[in-house]
Amino acid sequence: MTERTRGPDRGRTPERVRITHPRTTTARSLPTRPPTREIDELTELGEVYLASLLRTQRRTAFTACAVAIGALLGLAVAAAGFTGWSGRTVFGISLPWLLVGVLVYPVLLLIGLVAVRRSERDEQEFAALMQQR
Amino acid sequence: MGAAGWAALGVLIVSVATMAVGSLGLRRARTTGDFYVAARAVTPGWNAAAVSGEYLSAASFLGIAGLLLTYGYDALWYPVCYTAGYVVLLTLVAAPLRRSGAYTLPDFAQIRLRSTVVRRVSSVLVVLIGWLYLVPQLQGAALTLTAQTGAPGWAGGLLVCLVVLVTVAVGGMRSITFAQAVQYWVKLTAMLIPALVLGTVWRARHDRLPVSSADWLRPLGSGLDHPLYATLSLIVAICLGTMGLPHVLVRFYTNPDGRNARRTALIVVSLLAVFYQLPTVFGVFGRRYLPDLAGTPLADATVLLLPERMLPGLVGQVLGGVVTAGAFAAFLSTTSGLTVSVAGVLSQDVLGRPRHRQARIRRFRLSAAVSLAVPYVLSLAGARLSLANMVGLAFALAACTFCPMLVLGIWWRGLTDVGALAGLLTGGLLAGTAVLATVLVSPRHGWPAALLAQPAAWIVPLTVAVMVVGSLLTRDRVPPDVGRVLVRLHAPESMAADLPSLRRSAR
Repeated sequence: MTERTRGPDRGRTPERVRITHPRTTTARSLPTRPPTREIDELTELGEVYLASLLRTQRRTAFTACAVAIGALLGLAVAAAGFTGWSGRTVFGISLPWLLVGVLVYPVLLLIGLVAVRRSERDEQEFAALMQQR
Repeated sequence: MGAAGWAALGVLIVSVATMAVGSLGLRRARTTGDFYVAARAVTPGWNAAAVSGEYLSAASFLGIAGLLLTYGYDALWYPVCYTAGYVVLLTLVAAPLRRSGAYTLPDFAQIRLRSTVVRRVSSVLVVLIGWLYLVPQLQGAALTLTAQTGAPGWAGGLLVCLVVLVTVAVGGMRSITFAQAVQYWVKLTAMLIPALVLGTVWRARHDRLPVSSADWLRPLGSGLDHPLYATLSLIVAICLGTMGLPHVLVRFYTNPDGRNARRTALIVVSLLAVFYQLPTVFGVFGRRYLPDLAGTPLADATVLLLPERMLPGLVGQVLGGVVTAGAFAAFLSTTSGLTVSVAGVLSQDVLGRPRHRQARIRRFRLSAAVSLAVPYVLSLAGARLSLANMVGLAFALAACTFCPMLVLGIWWRGLTDVGALAGLLTGGLLAGTAVLATVLVSPRHGWPAALLAQPAAWIVPLTVAVMVVGSLLTRDRVPPDVGRVLVRLHAPESMAADLPSLRRSAR
């Protein structure tokens, strides 16, 4: 992604480079500082990188957590609200029992799996982005 | 050999096996690090089995079936929330906490907030939550031994304390990791085999399930006051409280890195999901075959008494011995996990830290004895709450104190020591009062009873608000190195090679 704005492809898309990064010629002449160093020294730029990592991870974490707890609270309220469905049976088991006793568990596992995958992917992307120089 | 004989044999085998597996770790436990966190080299599979083994306590093994027998549908929420707590832990705290490099919750407070006072308050809370959780384990042991063998009430708890002391004292956490992982499979088997046999018998008899009692089947049919509020507050307490349980967190530090900590939590969710199908089976059969236990203190013994009631004779007696062994595995594993974490905090923060390694290890063993003695005495005094309710209060106390501090500390850079302290004290005092009122006075009816018995729904938001407002008012007290701490909590380990300051601060 970022190669386009400062890598060797620069010459092929001149207008775009000029708009997003007008001082490329001066920038190129300076030795490049890897982003990890900005983070390590916690410069202003490093703080920006850190904030972006925090934002991504926070979104993944709180979304997954809210879905899990929200699903449980919603199910509890729904079970209390619709008294009609407690008489329903599936395979001889009352429907609310089947939902809370059995079917909730695979849903929880799925939420956990998605959360693990997303946060691992976000971390890898962040690490890859930070290690290119 | 009668029923008592088979039960005693089961208890004996589990106790001896626990001590034997524990002493295997003796040769490897050499440093204090080994004692506390098994030198951080345990794979997610082992770790997850160990977490589950430690987590499935008297409340899970005996308590859920007892509550189901008495209250029906509403009790189904207990196992669901015990599982969902790990989804919350996985998403919000598993990886950052592992990366923080802290051994215990007070360590985390110190690393993030740089405050000795918050550390001290956290230590006191760890000990209180640990003791609150230990009491029902020892009561469960007493109930089990009395119900199955007719032993006096003091014997069960004492037996558990002694076995745990031997295991903990000789090997520390390293030995316990393996012992705990084995305990999960012991508990699963000890419930699965009887459940399969009883299910087969039930089918062969073409027997009916307890469908006649409609209220028991129906949501909110428990007959308690304000059942919907109780259910919602229970969900909040257990989902958020899991991350604040000292024995659960310490186990996550044994993961090699943050990524594995998340994976461990995910495997725990699946292991618990499998196990928690079984107490439901016992609860439902219990309602059919042991309806006389509903509402009595013996309801907690449903799992133990069911096999013999359904199958009088040798098979029922042997199965009774099997579930008794499983129950003891539950008491032993949870008690040893809690003892290690409470003793760790006691020896580090309360008794002071000696300079020499040998003296530290001696101090740790002494702390383990103290950590068990207090809840043992309390268990003899005997609060008459059901096991699962009692454990639920420990969850509520953890949810009202540590959950806000952990979540805000990990995800919000603005948390200050003053804000955290104000929140911990608010949550701790309010939840502590609610716990004491419920245990000692046990009001039965109306809103006060409901709000005190399930305090999490109103105290947790209050604690969060106090922490946020307190931190905003003391903005200048945000630790100057908070950015560096947050890098350490959130940067993946693959970046560590490029972050020399991180490695320096981790030492």
